[in-house]
Amino acid sequence: MSASTTTAAAHPGPAKDQAVARALGRRRHRSNRIVEALCVVATVIGLLLLASILFTLLWRGAAGLSLTVFTNTTKPPGSNGGLFNAIVGTLIQTGIGTLIGTPIGLMVGTYLAEYGHSSWLADSVRFVSDVLLSAPSILIGLFVYQLVVNPFGGFSGIAGSLALAVLVIPIVVRTTEDMLQLIPLELREAAVALGSPKWTVIVLICYRAAKDGIVTGILLAIARIAGETAPLLFTSLGNSSEIGSLTRPMASLPVTIYQYAGSAFDDWVQLAWVGALLITVGVLALNIFARYALRARS
Amino acid sequence: MSTTMTEQQGQQASFGGVQARSDATINAPRIAIRNLDFYYGSNRALKGVNLDLPDRQVTGMIGPSGCGKSTLLRVLNRMYDLYPGQRATGEAMMDGENIIAPDMDLNALRARVGMVFQKPTPFPMTVYDNIAFGVKLHERLSKSAMDERVEWSLTRAALWEEAKDRLNTSAMGLSGGQQQRLCIARTIAVRPEVILLDEPTSALDPISTLKIEELIDELKHEFTIVIVTHNMQQAARCADQVAFFYIGEMVEVAPAVQMFTAPKERRTQEYITGRFG
Repeated sequence: MSASTTTAAAHPGPAKDQAVARALGRRRHRSNRIVEALCVVATVIGLLLLASILFTLLWRGAAGLSLTVFTNTTKPPGSNGGLFNAIVGTLIQTGIGTLIGTPIGLMVGTYLAEYGHSSWLADSVRFVSDVLLSAPSILIGLFVYQLVVNPFGGFSGIAGSLALAVLVIPIVVRTTEDMLQLIPLELREAAVALGSPKWTVIVLICYRAAKDGIVTGILLAIARIAGETAPLLFTSLGNSSEIGSLTRPMASLPVTIYQYAGSAFDDWVQLAWVGALLITVGVLALNIFARYALRARS
Repeated sequence: MSTTMTEQQGQQASFGGVQARSDATINAPRIAIRNLDFYYGSNRALKGVNLDLPDRQVTGMIGPSGCGKSTLLRVLNRMYDLYPGQRATGEAMMDGENIIAPDMDLNALRARVGMVFQKPTPFPMTVYDNIAFGVKLHERLSKSAMDERVEWSLTRAALWEEAKDRLNTSAMGLSGGQQQRLCIARTIAVRPEVILLDEPTSALDPISTLKIEELIDELKHEFTIVIVTHNMQQAARCADQVAFFYIGEMVEVAPAVQMFTAPKERRTQEYITGRFG
């Protein structure tokens, strides 16, 4: 008697109707299949688009690959030009941009994670940095144009590098802060308990623990700026006669692609495809390195 | 009255035959805590604690979760200074100096009062560097002197035999029990006077726990040890003196044997016989 009351209390309401339960089960099964099918179709469409871009790029780009691409500079149409100055220019500007942007980003990210926390200043810096992260890169180009190109009398490789550095900073800030915040409190406390001053804890323990994540962030920032065109249009412009002078206009792969791809000359269009291929392969290699090589090591 | 007796006997039996230490002499205090209050913001977590930590002996701190025993431990090396809003008032005297005085040199204090945490926290570097890290903060040693110190501390932490062939491999590859002994080695390598252990075995398997407990027995010949534990058998096995905490108060302190056979306070009695906690 008492047993039946307990059962009733545990399962209130009318008894379960098996027919209704089966119908509901079928319906859930059906919606499950529909959703799954939609996801698969969307994935396939996305992948097809991506694959067609890569395939076209490989096809058209590889057709123009030759040694002269790497040895000759950009020349007037019909005179067997190459991309040497553009390749060098991209390496220089990306390199200097990274060298300037990374330490600043690293220090700002460290300030946000280790010192500022949620102070008024830190919150403002975080907000500005996040806005900068998604700001159209042409604005960065215009900003450096006003700040450097105009006052110092002309387009230059250093102005291009600075524009790219401005793009690097917010990416490195975000990854540095995120990675430092992932470090368990126990690890910091353990270092403090041995009598470490705060800066030793940050530099010797936290950076080391967050190293892989921070390096990945830097590599992704390099990959991002290596393909940027808009910030360079207003800063380093392009140069087919001089190579490597930071105070003069400087060529770069993306700007050359931009100029050549829309031109009426077949050999220029061909070079644009080759340039696009080179950037894509370079960025792809960096991405793969960032994602797999570092992960495999840790 | 007779029920209490039976329960006490039952409690002793449930310690699995492990007797609390019978040598009831308690040494002179290394640290003397007087009228210590602790606040998390406006929340008073320790209320007028008075406690002596005897020199080169083990003090076990027991009590239910949230009773303040870990808080007290974190006062003794000023760990709470990392967190704004946490503060202590009163006295914790060591060698005529008040540990909680605002002008205390915290890094020097932490070199004298080391701490081992609940979860093993090896640094992401080699076994050797894990130990050298703390030493380098306070001393300039030659390479050979550092080698000696590393061996000395690993030997003291009963890890030398297992670790001597992997000094230059990452400490993250050690087992949990080895990592915890590495953390102890790292702490004693700085040659502190006091070692604070915050539930050092609660994340370890029984065999690793046993090793750490044996280690504590060895280490107390050189160091003053304070151990927070939820495990009363552990307190009975390791401690010379046991202090029972309840809701921010130090209810009772006594030599271990007395604490586990004839506690004076009713709350202590109820806790160690498992009525709450």
